[in-house]
Amino acid sequence: MDLNRFDGTHHDSGPARADVPPTAKIVIAGGFGVGKTTLVGSVSEIRPLRTEEPMSDRSVGIDDTHGVSTKTTTTVAMDFGRISFASQLVLYLFGTPGQERFWFMWDDLAYGAIGAVVMADTRRVADCFASIDYFERNEIPFIVAVNCFDDAPRFEPEDIRIALTLSPEVPVILCDARDRDSVKKVLISLAKYVMVSRSHASKAGLS
Amino acid sequence: MTSHDPYGERWFDHEAGPVVRPYAVTNGRTLPNSSASFGLIDVVVATGERSSEHFRPGPEHRRILRLCRRPTPIVDLTSEVDLPLGVVRVLLGDLTNEGMLRVVSAQRQPVPDQRLLRMVLDGLESL
Repeated sequence: MDLNRFDGTHHDSGPARADVPPTAKIVIAGGFGVGKTTLVGSVSEIRPLRTEEPMSDRSVGIDDTHGVSTKTTTTVAMDFGRISFASQLVLYLFGTPGQERFWFMWDDLAYGAIGAVVMADTRRVADCFASIDYFERNEIPFIVAVNCFDDAPRFEPEDIRIALTLSPEVPVILCDARDRDSVKKVLISLAKYVMVSRSHASKAGLS
Repeated sequence: MTSHDPYGERWFDHEAGPVVRPYAVTNGRTLPNSSASFGLIDVVVATGERSSEHFRPGPEHRRILRLCRRPTPIVDLTSEVDLPLGVVRVLLGDLTNEGMLRVVSAQRQPVPDQRLLRMVLDGLESL
Protein backbone atom coordinates (compact mmCIF):
# COMPACT_ATOMS: atom_id res chain seq x y z
CA MET A 1 0.00 0.00 0.00
CA ASP A 2 1.18 3.44 -0.85
CA LEU A 3 1.35 5.22 2.48
CA ASN A 4 2.08 8.53 0.85
CA ARG A 5 -1.29 8.60 -0.74
CA PHE A 6 -3.48 9.79 2.03
CA ASP A 7 -6.80 9.01 0.46
CA GLY A 8 -8.20 7.03 -2.39
CA THR A 9 -9.41 9.91 -4.46
CA HIS A 10 -6.58 12.18 -5.36
CA HIS A 11 -3.90 11.10 -7.76
CA ASP A 12 -1.23 13.65 -8.05
CA SER A 13 2.18 14.44 -6.81
CA GLY A 14 3.79 17.64 -5.69
CA PRO A 15 4.62 19.63 -2.63
CA ALA A 16 1.07 20.79 -1.84
CA ARG A 17 -0.41 17.31 -1.72
CA ALA A 18 -0.62 16.98 2.04
CA ASP A 19 -2.77 20.10 2.32
CA VAL A 20 -5.32 19.06 -0.23
CA PRO A 21 -8.59 18.01 1.33
CA PRO A 22 -10.42 15.03 -0.15
CA THR A 23 -13.73 16.15 -1.61
CA ALA A 24 -16.97 14.37 -2.42
CA LYS A 25 -20.36 15.43 -3.66
CA ILE A 26 -23.99 14.47 -3.52
CA VAL A 27 -26.61 15.77 -5.96
CA ILE A 28 -29.98 16.94 -4.64
CA ALA A 29 -32.62 16.78 -7.38
CA GLY A 30 -36.38 17.07 -7.73
CA GLY A 31 -39.00 19.39 -9.13
CA PHE A 32 -39.21 23.14 -8.71
CA GLY A 33 -40.13 24.18 -5.17
CA VAL A 34 -39.76 20.72 -3.65
CA GLY A 35 -37.32 21.96 -0.99
CA LYS A 36 -33.86 21.29 -2.43
CA THR A 37 -32.36 24.52 -1.17
CA THR A 38 -34.05 24.06 2.21
CA LEU A 39 -32.58 20.58 2.53
CA VAL A 40 -29.10 21.78 1.63
CA GLY A 41 -29.40 24.66 4.10
CA SER A 42 -30.40 22.35 6.95
CA VAL A 43 -27.04 20.58 7.03
CA SER A 44 -24.66 22.97 5.32
CA GLU A 45 -22.08 24.83 7.38
CA ILE A 46 -22.46 27.75 5.01
CA ARG A 47 -25.57 29.49 3.82
CA PRO A 48 -26.31 27.78 0.52
CA LEU A 49 -24.19 29.56 -2.02
CA ARG A 50 -25.16 30.23 -5.53
CA THR A 51 -23.07 30.37 -8.64
CA GLU A 52 -24.72 31.59 -11.78
CA GLU A 53 -24.21 30.84 -15.42
CA PRO A 54 -25.39 33.31 -18.03
CA MET A 55 -27.07 31.39 -20.81
CA SER A 56 -28.17 32.38 -24.22
CA ASP A 57 -29.56 30.63 -27.25
CA ARG A 58 -26.59 31.75 -29.29
CA SER A 59 -23.07 30.62 -28.77
CA VAL A 60 -20.65 33.36 -27.87
CA GLY A 61 -18.32 34.42 -30.63
CA ILE A 62 -15.93 37.34 -30.61
CA ASP A 63 -17.11 38.82 -33.89
CA ASP A 64 -20.67 37.77 -33.57
CA THR A 65 -22.61 40.99 -33.13
CA HIS A 66 -25.38 39.94 -35.44
CA GLY A 67 -28.71 39.86 -33.63
CA VAL A 68 -27.32 41.08 -30.33
CA SER A 69 -30.28 43.28 -29.61
CA THR A 70 -32.70 40.37 -29.76
CA LYS A 71 -30.53 37.94 -27.87
CA THR A 72 -32.28 36.67 -24.79
CA THR A 73 -30.18 35.81 -21.81
CA THR A 74 -31.29 33.88 -18.80
CA THR A 75 -29.36 32.87 -15.77
CA VAL A 76 -29.16 29.35 -14.47
CA ALA A 77 -28.21 29.14 -10.85
CA MET A 78 -26.93 26.21 -8.93
CA ASP A 79 -27.07 26.14 -5.19
CA PHE A 80 -24.55 24.32 -3.15
CA GLY A 81 -23.77 23.67 0.49
CA ARG A 82 -20.74 22.28 2.24
CA ILE A 83 -20.02 20.04 5.21
CA SER A 84 -16.45 19.66 6.53
CA PHE A 85 -15.68 16.61 8.61
CA ALA A 86 -13.01 15.97 11.22
CA SER A 87 -11.33 13.59 8.75
CA GLN A 88 -10.60 16.64 6.50
CA LEU A 89 -13.12 15.36 4.01
CA VAL A 90 -15.31 18.09 2.53
CA LEU A 91 -18.71 16.99 1.30
CA TYR A 92 -20.59 19.22 -1.15
CA LEU A 93 -24.32 19.11 -1.72
CA PHE A 94 -25.43 20.41 -5.10
CA GLY A 95 -29.02 21.33 -5.83
CA THR A 96 -29.91 20.85 -9.48
CA PRO A 97 -31.19 23.86 -11.42
CA GLY A 98 -34.97 24.07 -11.29
CA GLN A 99 -35.46 24.00 -15.03
CA GLU A 100 -34.77 20.62 -16.47
CA ARG A 101 -33.76 21.99 -19.84
CA PHE A 102 -30.31 22.65 -18.41
CA TRP A 103 -29.28 19.03 -18.80
CA PHE A 104 -25.69 19.89 -19.62
CA MET A 105 -25.34 21.24 -16.10
CA TRP A 106 -26.65 18.03 -14.67
CA ASP A 107 -23.77 16.17 -16.28
CA ASP A 108 -21.36 18.55 -14.57
CA LEU A 109 -23.07 18.07 -11.23
CA ALA A 110 -23.43 14.32 -11.54
CA TYR A 111 -19.96 13.40 -12.80
CA GLY A 112 -18.07 11.73 -9.98
CA ALA A 113 -20.94 12.18 -7.53
CA ILE A 114 -21.40 9.63 -4.80
CA GLY A 115 -25.08 9.50 -5.59
CA ALA A 116 -28.25 11.53 -5.61
CA VAL A 117 -31.26 12.31 -3.48
CA VAL A 118 -34.42 12.78 -5.54
CA MET A 119 -36.87 14.84 -3.54
CA ALA A 120 -40.56 14.23 -4.07
CA ASP A 121 -43.67 16.16 -3.08
CA THR A 122 -46.79 13.98 -2.75
CA ARG A 123 -48.92 16.78 -4.19
CA ARG A 124 -46.87 16.76 -7.41
CA VAL A 125 -45.27 13.36 -7.65
CA ALA A 126 -44.78 13.58 -11.41
CA ASP A 127 -42.35 16.48 -10.95
CA CYS A 128 -39.55 14.10 -10.03
CA PHE A 129 -39.93 11.71 -12.96
CA ALA A 130 -37.36 13.58 -15.03
CA SER A 131 -34.77 13.37 -12.24
CA ILE A 132 -35.36 9.66 -11.72
CA ASP A 133 -35.04 9.03 -15.46
CA TYR A 134 -31.79 10.93 -15.56
CA PHE A 135 -30.12 8.99 -12.74
CA GLU A 136 -31.40 5.64 -13.97
CA ARG A 137 -30.14 6.36 -17.46
CA ASN A 138 -26.73 7.44 -16.18
CA GLU A 139 -26.46 4.61 -13.64
CA ILE A 140 -26.05 6.96 -10.72
CA PRO A 141 -27.37 5.46 -7.49
CA PHE A 142 -30.18 7.48 -5.92
CA ILE A 143 -32.73 7.34 -3.16
CA VAL A 144 -36.08 9.08 -3.00
CA ALA A 145 -36.78 11.42 -0.10
CA VAL A 146 -40.40 12.47 0.26
CA ASN A 147 -40.50 15.94 1.73
CA CYS A 148 -43.47 15.92 4.10
CA PHE A 149 -45.08 19.31 3.68
CA ASP A 150 -47.58 20.12 6.41
CA ASP A 151 -50.58 20.28 4.08
CA ALA A 152 -49.58 17.44 1.78
CA PRO A 153 -51.38 14.10 1.82
CA ARG A 154 -49.47 11.39 3.69
CA PHE A 155 -48.64 8.18 1.90
CA GLU A 156 -46.77 5.08 2.86
CA PRO A 157 -43.33 4.83 1.24
CA GLU A 158 -44.50 1.70 -0.57
CA ASP A 159 -47.32 3.63 -2.25
CA ILE A 160 -44.82 6.19 -3.44
CA ARG A 161 -42.54 3.45 -4.77
CA ILE A 162 -45.44 2.15 -6.85
CA ALA A 163 -46.41 5.61 -8.04
CA LEU A 164 -42.86 6.24 -9.20
CA THR A 165 -42.37 2.68 -10.55
CA LEU A 166 -39.10 2.34 -8.64
CA SER A 167 -37.22 -0.91 -8.49
CA PRO A 168 -37.55 -2.65 -5.12
CA GLU A 169 -34.02 -1.94 -3.91
CA VAL A 170 -34.25 1.86 -4.19
CA PRO A 171 -34.84 3.27 -0.68
CA VAL A 172 -37.82 5.59 -0.25
CA ILE A 173 -37.86 7.60 2.95
CA LEU A 174 -40.02 10.33 4.40
CA CYS A 175 -38.24 13.45 5.56
CA ASP A 176 -38.62 17.02 6.69
CA ALA A 177 -36.18 19.14 4.69
CA ARG A 178 -36.17 21.81 7.41
CA ASP A 179 -34.96 19.40 10.07
CA ARG A 180 -31.24 18.78 10.36
CA ASP A 181 -31.54 15.30 11.89
CA SER A 182 -34.06 14.27 9.30
CA VAL A 183 -31.79 15.41 6.47
CA LYS A 184 -28.83 13.70 8.12
CA LYS A 185 -30.80 10.43 8.03
CA VAL A 186 -31.53 10.94 4.35
CA LEU A 187 -27.83 11.40 3.54
CA ILE A 188 -26.81 8.42 5.68
CA SER A 189 -29.39 6.25 3.89
CA LEU A 190 -27.92 7.33 0.58
CA ALA A 191 -24.33 6.61 1.66
CA LYS A 192 -25.27 3.14 2.95
CA TYR A 193 -27.27 2.34 -0.15
CA VAL A 194 -24.43 3.42 -2.44
CA MET A 195 -21.87 1.35 -0.51
CA VAL A 196 -23.99 -1.76 -0.91
CA SER A 197 -24.93 -1.18 -4.53
CA ARG A 198 -21.38 -0.29 -5.58
CA SER A 199 -19.90 -3.34 -3.88
CA HIS A 200 -22.47 -5.55 -5.64
CA ALA A 201 -21.62 -3.87 -8.91
CA SER A 202 -17.88 -4.43 -8.51
CA LYS A 203 -18.40 -8.08 -7.59
CA ALA A 204 -20.62 -8.54 -10.60
CA GLY A 205 -17.92 -6.93 -12.74
CA LEU A 206 -15.28 -9.37 -11.48
CA SER A 207 -17.28 -12.52 -12.07
CA MET B 1 -33.58 60.36 -7.84
CA THR B 2 -37.18 61.11 -6.94
CA SER B 3 -39.59 58.71 -5.38
CA HIS B 4 -41.71 58.85 -8.50
CA ASP B 5 -39.94 57.16 -11.35
CA PRO B 6 -41.66 57.76 -14.69
CA TYR B 7 -39.60 55.03 -16.36
CA GLY B 8 -40.75 52.27 -14.04
CA GLU B 9 -38.21 50.11 -12.30
CA ARG B 10 -34.62 51.20 -12.69
CA TRP B 11 -31.54 49.18 -11.95
CA PHE B 12 -28.56 50.78 -10.29
CA ASP B 13 -25.15 49.61 -9.21
CA HIS B 14 -24.98 45.89 -8.48
CA GLU B 15 -28.57 45.28 -9.60
CA ALA B 16 -27.75 46.50 -13.07
CA GLY B 17 -25.41 43.53 -13.54
CA PRO B 18 -21.75 43.52 -14.48
CA VAL B 19 -20.43 46.46 -16.47
CA VAL B 20 -18.26 44.06 -18.42
CA ARG B 21 -20.05 41.10 -19.97
CA PRO B 22 -18.82 37.91 -18.28
CA TYR B 23 -17.04 36.37 -21.24
CA ALA B 24 -15.27 39.63 -22.09
CA VAL B 25 -12.87 38.62 -19.33
CA THR B 26 -11.84 35.63 -21.43
CA ASN B 27 -11.73 37.55 -24.75
CA GLY B 28 -14.82 35.67 -25.77
CA ARG B 29 -13.37 32.22 -25.24
CA THR B 30 -15.91 29.80 -23.83
CA LEU B 31 -13.73 26.69 -23.55
CA PRO B 32 -10.46 26.29 -21.66
CA ASN B 33 -7.38 26.33 -23.86
CA SER B 34 -6.07 23.36 -21.92
CA SER B 35 -6.31 19.61 -21.81
CA ALA B 36 -6.90 19.65 -18.07
CA SER B 37 -10.45 19.11 -16.88
CA PHE B 38 -11.91 21.22 -14.14
CA GLY B 39 -14.54 19.33 -12.16
CA LEU B 40 -16.63 21.21 -9.63
CA ILE B 41 -14.98 19.59 -6.63
CA ASP B 42 -11.50 19.28 -8.08
CA VAL B 43 -9.01 21.25 -6.04
CA VAL B 44 -6.69 23.88 -7.56
CA VAL B 45 -3.56 25.27 -6.02
CA ALA B 46 -1.07 27.92 -7.10
CA THR B 47 2.39 26.54 -7.80
CA GLY B 48 4.26 29.80 -7.17
CA GLU B 49 5.74 29.75 -10.69
CA ARG B 50 6.11 33.06 -12.49
CA SER B 51 4.34 33.60 -15.77
CA SER B 52 6.30 33.33 -19.01
CA GLU B 53 7.05 36.44 -21.03
CA HIS B 54 4.29 35.99 -23.56
CA PHE B 55 1.55 35.63 -20.96
CA ARG B 56 0.26 38.62 -19.06
CA PRO B 57 -2.17 37.59 -16.34
CA GLY B 58 -5.25 39.81 -16.17
CA PRO B 59 -6.78 41.07 -12.92
CA GLU B 60 -9.06 38.02 -12.73
CA HIS B 61 -6.12 35.65 -13.24
CA ARG B 62 -4.29 37.36 -10.41
CA ARG B 63 -7.31 37.20 -8.14
CA ILE B 64 -7.64 33.48 -8.76
CA LEU B 65 -3.95 32.97 -8.02
CA ARG B 66 -4.25 34.85 -4.74
CA LEU B 67 -7.23 32.74 -3.69
CA CYS B 68 -5.40 29.56 -4.66
CA ARG B 69 -2.40 30.05 -2.42
CA ARG B 70 -4.19 27.45 -0.36
CA PRO B 71 -5.67 24.44 -2.13
CA THR B 72 -9.21 25.46 -3.06
CA PRO B 73 -12.06 23.42 -4.54
CA ILE B 74 -13.17 24.94 -7.86
CA VAL B 75 -16.76 25.41 -6.75
CA ASP B 76 -15.66 27.50 -3.74
CA LEU B 77 -13.31 29.48 -5.94
CA THR B 78 -16.08 30.20 -8.45
CA SER B 79 -18.37 31.41 -5.74
CA GLU B 80 -15.61 33.57 -4.25
CA VAL B 81 -14.58 35.32 -7.47
CA ASP B 82 -18.24 35.77 -8.40
CA LEU B 83 -17.73 34.84 -12.04
CA PRO B 84 -19.61 32.18 -14.01
CA LEU B 85 -18.14 28.71 -13.82
CA GLY B 86 -17.48 28.69 -17.57
CA VAL B 87 -15.40 31.85 -17.28
CA VAL B 88 -13.46 30.50 -14.31
CA ARG B 89 -12.68 27.33 -16.25
CA VAL B 90 -11.18 29.32 -19.13
CA LEU B 91 -9.03 31.34 -16.72
CA LEU B 92 -7.93 28.16 -14.90
CA GLY B 93 -6.96 26.70 -18.27
CA ASP B 94 -4.70 29.69 -18.95
CA LEU B 95 -3.05 29.39 -15.55
CA THR B 96 -2.48 25.62 -15.71
CA ASN B 97 -1.03 25.99 -19.22
CA GLU B 98 1.46 28.46 -17.78
CA GLY B 99 2.31 26.08 -14.95
CA MET B 100 1.15 28.67 -12.42
CA LEU B 101 -1.67 26.48 -11.17
CA ARG B 102 -2.09 22.78 -10.57
CA VAL B 103 -5.30 20.73 -10.52
CA VAL B 104 -5.62 17.92 -8.02
CA SER B 105 -8.37 15.81 -9.46
CA ALA B 106 -11.03 14.48 -7.15
CA GLN B 107 -13.09 13.24 -10.04
CA ARG B 108 -10.72 11.27 -12.17
CA GLN B 109 -12.87 8.22 -11.66
CA PRO B 110 -16.53 8.57 -12.53
CA VAL B 111 -17.38 6.20 -9.67
CA PRO B 112 -16.22 6.87 -6.10
CA ASP B 113 -14.40 4.08 -4.34
CA GLN B 114 -15.43 2.29 -1.16
CA ARG B 115 -12.89 4.11 0.95
CA LEU B 116 -14.33 7.51 0.09
CA LEU B 117 -17.85 6.20 0.69
CA ARG B 118 -16.79 4.94 4.11
CA MET B 119 -15.34 8.37 4.94
CA VAL B 120 -18.59 10.05 3.92
CA LEU B 121 -20.71 7.65 5.95
CA ASP B 122 -18.51 7.95 9.05
CA GLY B 123 -18.56 11.72 8.73
CA LEU B 124 -22.32 11.95 8.40
CA GLU B 125 -22.89 9.62 11.33
CA SER B 126 -20.68 11.76 13.54
CA LEU B 127 -22.54 14.98 12.72
